[in-house]
Amino acid sequence: MEEEKSFSDICGGRLALRRRYYSPYCREFGLSSPRLSLRSLTAVTCAVWLVAYGLFTLCENSMILSAAIFITIIGLLGYLHFVKIDQETLLIIDSLGIQMTSSYASGKESTTFIEMDKVKDVIINEAIYMQKVIYYLCILLKDPGKPHEISQVVPVFQSAKPRLDCLIEVYRSCQEILAHQKATSTSP
Amino acid sequence: MVLKAFFPTCCASADSGLLVGRWIPEQNSAVILAVAHFPFIPIQVKELLAQVHKASQVQVAVLGTWCHRRQEPEESLGHFLEGLGAIFSHDPWLQLCRERGTRFWSCKATYHQLQGTPTEDQVMLIFYDQRKLLLSWLHPPTALPDCQAGETTASTGGLADIFDTVAHSEVLFRNDQFDEGPVRLSHWQSEGMEASILVELAKQASGPVCLLMASLLSLLSAASACRLWKLWPLAFIRSKLSTCEQLQHRLKHLSFIFSTQKAQSPMQLMRKANMLVSVLLDVALGLLLLSWLHSNNRIGQLANALVPVADRVAEELQHLLQWLMGAPAGLKMNRALDQVLGRFFLYHIHLWISYIHLMSPFIEHILWHVGLSACLGLTVALSILSDIIALLTFHIYCFYVYGARLYCLKIYGLSSLWRLFRGKKWNVLRQRVDSCSYDLDQLFIGTLLFTILVFLLPTTALYYLVFTLLRLLVITVQGLIHLLVDLINSLPLYSLGLRLCRPYRLAAGVKFRVLEQEAGRPLRLLMQINPLPYSHVVHTYRLPSCGCHPKHSWGSLCRKLFFGELIYPWRQREDKQD
Repeated sequence: MEEEKSFSDICGGRLALRRRYYSPYCREFGLSSPRLSLRSLTAVTCAVWLVAYGLFTLCENSMILSAAIFITIIGLLGYLHFVKIDQETLLIIDSLGIQMTSSYASGKESTTFIEMDKVKDVIINEAIYMQKVIYYLCILLKDPGKPHEISQVVPVFQSAKPRLDCLIEVYRSCQEILAHQKATSTSP
Repeated sequence: MVLKAFFPTCCASADSGLLVGRWIPEQNSAVILAVAHFPFIPIQVKELLAQVHKASQVQVAVLGTWCHRRQEPEESLGHFLEGLGAIFSHDPWLQLCRERGTRFWSCKATYHQLQGTPTEDQVMLIFYDQRKLLLSWLHPPTALPDCQAGETTASTGGLADIFDTVAHSEVLFRNDQFDEGPVRLSHWQSEGMEASILVELAKQASGPVCLLMASLLSLLSAASACRLWKLWPLAFIRSKLSTCEQLQHRLKHLSFIFSTQKAQSPMQLMRKANMLVSVLLDVALGLLLLSWLHSNNRIGQLANALVPVADRVAEELQHLLQWLMGAPAGLKMNRALDQVLGRFFLYHIHLWISYIHLMSPFIEHILWHVGLSACLGLTVALSILSDIIALLTFHIYCFYVYGARLYCLKIYGLSSLWRLFRGKKWNVLRQRVDSCSYDLDQLFIGTLLFTILVFLLPTTALYYLVFTLLRLLVITVQGLIHLLVDLINSLPLYSLGLRLCRPYRLAAGVKFRVLEQEAGRPLRLLMQINPLPYSHVVHTYRLPSCGCHPKHSWGSLCRKLFFGELIYPWRQREDKQD
């Protein structure tokens, strides 16, 4: 079962949440950010080349122009491969674990998988971010040896930063699965 | 709870048979290792499993049945398979079935409880690549400083158990389809064991080679550890030269590589491999440098350039001292002290120049022989370069020591006389400043001395400043060379190459991908290995370096400079191992 809904992030940009229910105990949430816009790319390139041309007229050295082209290309490739995250996915599988994937604009994917033993809870927390107070979804981890202590807090959807309405939907689904998992778990 | 069945992708096309594997009750998961085909005798299957259990400590058992219906469904096979459940009793009993024409499987897990009515459970299928899982080493995510990566401990739970199970069941994978054994198994090696002739030859040759190299290296280390070297001044020179330190470091590495003991753990194996690759790269780069140096008579050019450069440096120092003896930067110096210090240092430079001119006929020979040592490795050549720089700038070091000692004395004298000026005294017993009543003549002489020292302070401070800056410049150059040597010594190139070419060998964890779904059918997932990021690889497998890092923080360095204490930032730590 697949559903797609549109939300907004904390800065007002549009986000698309894609929910997939593979089975009663396996759900996936994908948040897609808007792609790199041609307008901003053209603006940055023009700014860099204007500065380079200005330096060239001062120094009369043509190396500056080729260096500017080189820097622009390398900078763009670096930005696409290391910085621009297109889609973030949260896959929650009952009795197996939670997996978070970030896909970058160049196609690179970075995945983290957390086993269900280590997951204590999924909560929505508040934070002060610059001049705003924002909500974010995070996973609380516990050490299997010390089940009553929180060992780590892992925030989810860090680059997309959706607003509270989107977070509440994801939170409700996750809590359903976690409640089901706690009810049927064999370990004390 | 949902039952998780880990199924190897290589058995997905195997014929019908029995599922052989391990059942992990804590996680409700069944790890299927192989499929045993018909015909078989149940007693022989049980014997084989008992043998495997004894050899590998893995509790393998018959977990269920696997049915691959290539033709139209046969009823008799269905009943036969159900009958097997009675012979090999296992709770729960899995029944996996794959039909022709559809990608989706049907799975059933039956629990036979004491009450008699069997209950069924939902099954989740997770496919895994057996070969990759067998060859990979799982690195725990929270790497504690005292815990070594690559050593899987059973208590780390879930995934580590599965990696362990597959890795330790190698005994089961030794029977392939060409064996004349009683039971026919299907697993990743059932087409025949894969091996490489070169690897086998290398393994055979490594024994005698290791013995030979180990004996040679033990001779070398015995020679270097003999009592002759402990005599002064040899021991003193040895502790100051970074070349000796680097040679000893390399000797330790080589004796570790060629030790006749087998590697106990994957971590040790990786360390040996990293050291070997690092030594080989070092020697290769050194030979490259050697061939470059000896071509076009570069050594001769270098030797011819060396003496004029040393002369030039001395000349510049003389100019500097003349400038200091005049009115440097418009400051007015105390003429008498200025002349004394200036002449003292000028005489030193004169001595140094004569020494260099004395050595000049031999320089080319020395350089030629020293250049040969580059075949021991680029790091040795760089250490020799650092030592040559230290020797050539020895006069700067001497000037720095003189300037610093003078300045230090002056500062201590000033602080003590300042206390006297205010009527206080340093109490050594109580380690604090106490008031004290002085006599009139003590006060008089003390104040006179204080005034003299205060007015001589700018001169001494200026000399100290100039020579300290020169010394810091030399230390910076030496430090950069040492950093480069450290980098070559400690970079784990083999691990980085492995991460580049065979990323599944170094696993940080796993990742799951949901395969095509159909309502009513069990959930199918594909489990792949998530490789370790490059930064973690470097951090985990770094080789221990010489330890030539500056021990001071910036604050203590500034404090030492202000008070005129001597700084030794590159003092080597003695025998500091990991």
